[in-house]
Amino acid sequence: MSVRRPEVRRYPWQVRDSGQLLLVVAAGVWLVASVAQTAANGLQDPRIAIAFGALIAFGEVLRLNLPGDRETAPIGFAGALAYALLIRVGSHVSQHTAQQVVTVATIGMIIGALPHLAVGRPARVSGMATRLLCVACVAYIFRPLAGNYAVQHHWGLAFSLMTSLAVLALLLEAVLTALLRVDEQRARFRVALVDEMRVQLPLGVAVGASALLIAFAAEVMGLAALAVFTAPLLVTQVAFRRYAGIRATYLQTVRALAKVTEIGGYVEAGHSERVSRLAVAIGRELGIHEPQLLELEYAALMHDIGQLSLHDPIPGGATVLVSRSDQQRIAELGADVIQQAQVLGSVAEIVRRQNEPYRAVDAGPAASGVHGPAKPSGPPLSSRIIKAANAFDDLVGSSLDPGRAAAAVQRLRLDTASEYDPSAVEALSRVVNRRSVIQM
Amino acid sequence: MGKLSRVALLYIGAVVVLAAVLVARGPFTGLSWKYVVFLGILVIVSESRATQLRKGQLSWSSSSAAMLASVILVGPVGAAIVGACTALGLRRGPHILQRVFNTSMYALSAYLAGRAFLTLGGHVGLPDENSFPAIIWPFAFAALIHVAANHGLLSGVLWLTRGRDRTSSGTLGSQGVGVGLTARLLLSDLGYAAYGLLIAALWSVVGPFAPLLVLIPLFVARWAVAQFAEQQKAYEATVGALCQAVETKDFYTRGHSDRVSRGSVMIAREIAMRGERVEAIRYAGMLHDVGKLGVPTKVLQKTGKLTEEEYAAIQLHPMRGLDIVREIGFLDEALAGIMHHHERIDGRGYPMGLAGDEIPEFARVLAVADAFDSMTSTRSYRGARPVDEAIAELRKWSGTQFDPAFVDAFVAAIKREGWLRPEPPVLAADDLATVTAQDHDDPGAPLRVIDSL
Repeated sequence: MSVRRPEVRRYPWQVRDSGQLLLVVAAGVWLVASVAQTAANGLQDPRIAIAFGALIAFGEVLRLNLPGDRETAPIGFAGALAYALLIRVGSHVSQHTAQQVVTVATIGMIIGALPHLAVGRPARVSGMATRLLCVACVAYIFRPLAGNYAVQHHWGLAFSLMTSLAVLALLLEAVLTALLRVDEQRARFRVALVDEMRVQLPLGVAVGASALLIAFAAEVMGLAALAVFTAPLLVTQVAFRRYAGIRATYLQTVRALAKVTEIGGYVEAGHSERVSRLAVAIGRELGIHEPQLLELEYAALMHDIGQLSLHDPIPGGATVLVSRSDQQRIAELGADVIQQAQVLGSVAEIVRRQNEPYRAVDAGPAASGVHGPAKPSGPPLSSRIIKAANAFDDLVGSSLDPGRAAAAVQRLRLDTASEYDPSAVEALSRVVNRRSVIQM
Repeated sequence: MGKLSRVALLYIGAVVVLAAVLVARGPFTGLSWKYVVFLGILVIVSESRATQLRKGQLSWSSSSAAMLASVILVGPVGAAIVGACTALGLRRGPHILQRVFNTSMYALSAYLAGRAFLTLGGHVGLPDENSFPAIIWPFAFAALIHVAANHGLLSGVLWLTRGRDRTSSGTLGSQGVGVGLTARLLLSDLGYAAYGLLIAALWSVVGPFAPLLVLIPLFVARWAVAQFAEQQKAYEATVGALCQAVETKDFYTRGHSDRVSRGSVMIAREIAMRGERVEAIRYAGMLHDVGKLGVPTKVLQKTGKLTEEEYAAIQLHPMRGLDIVREIGFLDEALAGIMHHHERIDGRGYPMGLAGDEIPEFARVLAVADAFDSMTSTRSYRGARPVDEAIAELRKWSGTQFDPAFVDAFVAAIKREGWLRPEPPVLAADDLATVTAQDHDDPGAPLRVIDSL
């Protein structure tokens, strides 16, 4: 029933860019060193190592997609952290070294990634490398301390040490992932980091708590703790999967239903999709945070929905070519439609004001900051972005000709005195330039 | 809560008195108040935050884990005191009587669980390495008693206070669904009860941090579930709004999608479809006509006979609809329903001319609800027809156009629940709307097409 879009087959090294490559190489070097040392010294406590390796592999099989195309493996990560933080199993003091933690975690992850490869999903090496680096850091700090008498006999000290190391690992993961996203999506680092922490925080807390739980419970229950304390995390993961699922469905649905304007012949095919992609790229360029970016995406997808209420389609649907009052009416009608959903209030507001000029002509020379609105009552940034992206797409359409794109940018630039937000147009220009470089 | 019957008051009074007597009787010697205080605080905190996840569904709060931990750590009387801490929960809302009853109910069931734990030889106090695995059986029994007592006492009071008037039972679905839900709730409560044991076991290693560590993943899970519920509500509202946008163009068909959706759900429930499928058919009903937008307005408005091309344009709308919604991942079965909702049992429908069982079940359900709503709504060429007349019409086409099983199910559901017909549209209030001259959904007035010969 479902039709797959044709995909261009690319090799892993073609999709991996410099940042990812650096990360993977760093993790790889560390890994080779650790494996070599472990092989030379022999495996300590093989039973414990195998149990934790199995848990990590199991967790890696059950990966989880979080909103915003983030893939994590909470159970595997918690298992690896717990192995790094393990002091005792029953009354037996665990002897393994940091190198062994890295080796076991890697083998577990690789085994867990195999089923993904078998069914044709990507292996996501960069995510694995990130998790591995975090685990390695914790292991190299904590393993030498684990043999310490004070740590072994004062649970308060051990508890606070382990808590801070778990926090450190999660922070490190957020930083590394944010760096990767900066590289991949051209987001700003600070914005990416805040977004990353916001998305990862709830699950991260659960992962950290579970890692500590497993490490401590192993003292009372032995290796059975691994099975028992995976349960709460499993419950959490199921809940998150459903949440992420509905988020994805939501976006798919808005994308699909935004296409009704195309099917009805109101706008050119692909218009809403192109405008939304462009708007999101501009928004990222301007440092908009993810929740607002999602609103921007929704608004851009639905910016023409008001045309549905028109009697007959505007020829070609090119809204930049019709009168301002008509444009305004379409925007109002669209906003009314979205308003009915009640939950998308700010999206409706963005759509309502998508045609307002950046600055009223008679506003005078005051206040023309690059960031923020020209005056308090100016349209929201997202509206200004959509206005620019929409105008650009009306002029260029699906054409890939860089000359035409440059001419369109130039035309928008001429109107930045009043019509378009200069910062949005500049960001648009950067996005478009990048795109034409990629095409050549 | 409103007015309560004398029996209900008597029942509540009995529970309260029994709980109070059992707690007051003691013994308090050897009770380690340290645990009682910590676990009591935990109960208060989790009671203050208990969220109701879904309408009509009981909310689980981590307090039951704390109460079961106290069964091990402090025994029956201590557990009852911990249970009674629910009274101090800061949750707004519950009526004072409800609060008193809840408190007594928790105290009583915690006490009973404590007794059960002792009966099977459980040892009260901090468990150590040697307690495992012997402790598991008494604890499992205690958990069972706790859950059973809780649910028993609660359903007793629910039965006495609101069980008498069962007017709205039809909307709650058949009895089987209710039993299934209760069984699932009981099982999940038993599962959560295991955390009580974990808290008690970890107490010896990390002290009062034990409940914190154990419950954090669960709190996060609950947060995610709440987020899920919120997103789902938002999703429904958005789909509804967008579907309305699609039909605002046509005056007479406003609200059509919504009503078809409702009708399809009525049929689906009547034939006892599984819950997820009912959800899917709800969306299928809402989205079944989005493809109509691809039909030029002038064709929809045409009063005379349609040309071959115009008729073809109308026949294409299910496919257009499919084009739009195809990429929505979860719709799977609904997609087939949308694509084939104009097929007929005798094979003379469109777009594929499937017949009988070849037509997907969803499509056969949608077809019935679709035609029924069309007949009971006002059209430019006729007024709305009464429900009885529309039912007669459905019966007439049953077996040729519609699946008889679903017609029967729909009629039965309407007889029981009734059918809310749309208000007749008020014309001229809105210059934007257009008017459908012929309704492709109306079985009583089929589209008139110029003969090609």
